[in-house]
Amino acid sequence: MNQNKTKLVVVGNGMAGARVVEEILKRASDRFEIVMFGAEPYGNYNRILLSNVLNGSQAASEIFMNPLAWYRDNGIKLHAGVRATRIDRQRKVVIGAPLEKDALAYAADAAAVPDAALIEEPYDHVIIATGSRPFVPPMEGFGGPGTFLFRTLDDCDQIANYAKTCKEAAVIGGGLLGLEAARGLLTHGVEVTVLEAAPQLMIAQLDFESGKMLRDTMEGMGIQVMCEKITTKIVYDDGRIRRLDFKDGSTLETDMVVVSAGIRPITEIAAASGLTVNKGIVCDDQMRTSDRDIFAVGECVEHRHKLYGLVDPIWDQAKTLADVITGFNPKAEYLGSRLGTKLKVMGVELASMGDTKPSLPDDEVIVYSEPSRGVYKKMIVRENQIAGAILLGETDTAGVLMQMFMTGAAVPSRRADLLFGTSSGMPVLSVFDLPDHAQICNCNGISKGEIKEAIVIGKCHSVSKVGACTKAGLGCGSCKVLVAQLIEAYAGEVDDDPTEDYYVPGVPLEKAQLVAEIKRRGLKSVSAVFRELAGDKEDPGSKVGLASLLKTLWPGEYDDERDARFVNDRVHANIQKDGTFSVVPRIYGGVTSPAELRRIAEVAEKYNVPMVKFTGGQRLDLLGVKKDDLPKMWKDLGIPSGHAYTKAFRTCKSCVGTDFCRYGVGDSIKLAQEIEHRFQGIESPHKMKLATAGCPRNCSEAYVKDLGAVAIEGGKWEIYIGGAAGGSVRKGDLLCTVATHADVLKYMGRFMQYYREHGKYLERTYGFVERIGIEPLKMILVEDSEGICARLDAEIQKAVDAYKDPWKEAELPAYPGQFNGPELAHALELAENNG
Amino acid sequence: MSTTTINLGSIENIALGHGRCYLVGDEEIAVFRQRSGHLFAIQNRCPHRNGTLSEGVIGAGKVICPLHSHKFDLASGAGSEADECVKVYTVRELDGDIVLTV
Ligand SMILES: Cc1cc2nc3c(=O)[nH]c(=O)nc-3n(C[C@H](O)[C@H](O)[C@H](O)COP(=O)(O)OP(=O)(O)OC[C@H]3O[C@@H](n4cnc5c(N)ncnc54)[C@H](O)[C@@H]3O)c2cc1C
Ligand code: FES
Repeated sequence: MNQNKTKLVVVGNGMAGARVVEEILKRASDRFEIVMFGAEPYGNYNRILLSNVLNGSQAASEIFMNPLAWYRDNGIKLHAGVRATRIDRQRKVVIGAPLEKDALAYAADAAAVPDAALIEEPYDHVIIATGSRPFVPPMEGFGGPGTFLFRTLDDCDQIANYAKTCKEAAVIGGGLLGLEAARGLLTHGVEVTVLEAAPQLMIAQLDFESGKMLRDTMEGMGIQVMCEKITTKIVYDDGRIRRLDFKDGSTLETDMVVVSAGIRPITEIAAASGLTVNKGIVCDDQMRTSDRDIFAVGECVEHRHKLYGLVDPIWDQAKTLADVITGFNPKAEYLGSRLGTKLKVMGVELASMGDTKPSLPDDEVIVYSEPSRGVYKKMIVRENQIAGAILLGETDTAGVLMQMFMTGAAVPSRRADLLFGTSSGMPVLSVFDLPDHAQICNCNGISKGEIKEAIVIGKCHSVSKVGACTKAGLGCGSCKVLVAQLIEAYAGEVDDDPTEDYYVPGVPLEKAQLVAEIKRRGLKSVSAVFRELAGDKEDPGSKVGLASLLKTLWPGEYDDERDARFVNDRVHANIQKDGTFSVVPRIYGGVTSPAELRRIAEVAEKYNVPMVKFTGGQRLDLLGVKKDDLPKMWKDLGIPSGHAYTKAFRTCKSCVGTDFCRYGVGDSIKLAQEIEHRFQGIESPHKMKLATAGCPRNCSEAYVKDLGAVAIEGGKWEIYIGGAAGGSVRKGDLLCTVATHADVLKYMGRFMQYYREHGKYLERTYGFVERIGIEPLKMILVEDSEGICARLDAEIQKAVDAYKDPWKEAELPAYPGQFNGPELAHALELAENNG
Repeated sequence: MSTTTINLGSIENIALGHGRCYLVGDEEIAVFRQRSGHLFAIQNRCPHRNGTLSEGVIGAGKVICPLHSHKFDLASGAGSEADECVKVYTVRELDGDIVLTV
């Protein structure tokens, strides 16, 4: 123990406790000897993201902010799973008791390990950061099997586990957390009903009108909402919940109940130690309690008669506290916070800040309401500043509004710009003008200066990279627009980042969850996905990716809405920079015949094709074709499409192999033809280019293809995957060595299907193989460690069977105008208006 | 200012969710029929490098140019990139026909 260091004991290892320690270390990295008590048996995690854990879009392991190593690296002693019970202010020690393994960390009567020795830690200063616990309104029967609260990782776990045994679930409380819990439950396959005591949802953040619309939106997602329902009793039958009784005499049958009806500060330790406690632990502007040596921060605090239940105020409190306790700025003061928040419910866009109703006679109220689309926007302007705002259905401007609200900036004279963006597309708020200390990400407390540094010095040029580097945007996500603007401002351009979390930007789900939801709900068209999973918002940037995924998921059954395809896939040709197209007929294995060549030549002449070129994939490209000519040319050619325009199996090229080559040890031509016949038209996250080589001299470049087969001595074939020779160059990894052509086809098909199921949209195989790793892939695809090989083989066979040559549409266009160029408009009905 | 109203023929000539290019005099105009039922009309050529916007994917009142994915708002003509916007025209449905005002 170091005698010279100041002893600091922190009670509570949640978002406030860990944050204040980080702030202190930033200011004085070695002045304090720090001990932390945490009732939860973990390091600190991002509580905000529990909603994502419950709805399955994030794994529990992804939300840790301070893993145990962080405590070790910073010399902090952490008593995890230990509850501090009293501060002995005479002896200046904090006393703690280890909790039972499955104790409810935040319960007032959390079970301590019987007879365990108490822990005593001496202090110079204490910081109390005990947070709050969920509030349970008075009702009979809460606490029995099937009743839950929603506050910790353990809660999430238990809710998810129990939901597996249920058909119906009820959530008591229609506030922010209740709705997030309800949405989370929905992903566990139960029917969910939200019970709200007030006449509307989210009464703290919404006015009546928007509350009503939100209710419609939630119901549209399949969540039942009942308002003015006060639960009086939970009725059990044989150890399980049977129904709920309400004050108005009605009842509801359900299998489980999650209560999320507000929070109450945890103050027992302060009270037991003789500190002033009112609703919360009373603190002054320097975050001091009634004892000069004891501070408090976070949800347990009552500051100027106010309690806070969001993280943004906590960051400010933590900074002030750190300034004071380290002497960095002994006069620092926390003066209270303005509150703004965003609902993190998939498929609902909602942001709210400040007042929901005017309160002074001169308050200006701007309201826009479009019930048919569930869009509602409201802003209250007071003394030319934003006093409050609600954005429902469309939140594009939420980030800017929040900035202006938080900083008290003067609003532009055209108020509409703040709700809809400017008509010129110019940003309302120039991010250049914000000072470096302006906080951009309120969830994680990240300032403009930190983000700028990540962009300029850290070279993070995409929103997700900035997030990975600074944590900005990883909370509720409402600041992502501002982060993008900052990247544009300081780096010129935002990079596309295919590693963004969502499979497509317009549907807030990662691929695995998206696939699960699509299957569970049986969604077979792109418009159905938007309707059910994106609040009916048809995001054009997501259509193409969804179409490709659906086609993979429902071979033969997919409801193919052509407008969701990229132009190349609508007209089965590659669009060129001048708006003409290119035609690439399939040439199996790169082997053609004089008759086929003659036909191609004749077609090229007949349609005045300006250029005929050999491609890198051993076939012929007819370039500069007018759209109207496409179907005619395909008919005249009589050769199937080479799929040179789409995210799919492209070609399999080959070397001369055994027929004529002096060195060949395997029949690469025949194998390439077999491959191409089998896999033609198979769609995938990105294109797949293949090759076969008759010997390891690799004339056909099989080592650097998405999939390659290389013949070796002894009549065997090596299968390589994840090779690349484009902008990136990578030698493929050896998946396995097999003896027959049939086996080559089998393992290649298996890999393709796995890639189709697990690859991110636009992820080439080289990225995919690197991401998953060749060893795990060998285990899964060769050793069958997950027992899925038979299924993969069956799925790819289905896809092979569903192949249709798209050029057959030459006979019968799939929709009007598919192959039409510009239509001459005839002035059928002319009317001159002078005005 | 004088405006002309032109009947472009049956709305069924544009499949739901698609666009189509019409030649009005020597102007190319892209008309879109969004799945929601809304009709939009804008200049067909992308201000960036002449991409054919009528071939773009649409949704939520926006079109994505097929060449380099710049986006344009179909109602206002505003572009995703600074200094790029397209001309918009008034278009509506009348007795099953598309009626354009230029
Ligand atoms: C599901 C969910 C979603 C949320 N979403 C948002 C959001 O979108 N935006 C937002 O701003 N906020 C959100 N919040 C609120 C936010 O998480 C809290 O405001 C924040 O966590 C409060 O931090 P805290 O440190 O005060 O309390 P906590 O994070 O609860 O930390 C307190 C810790 O102290 C421990 N503790 C208590 N008593 C003792 C004791 N005597 N001894 C030892 N340890 C003790 C507790 O077990 C707990 O681990 C959300 C909360 C939840 C539950
Ligand atoms: S031509 Fe339209 S984006 Fe480049």
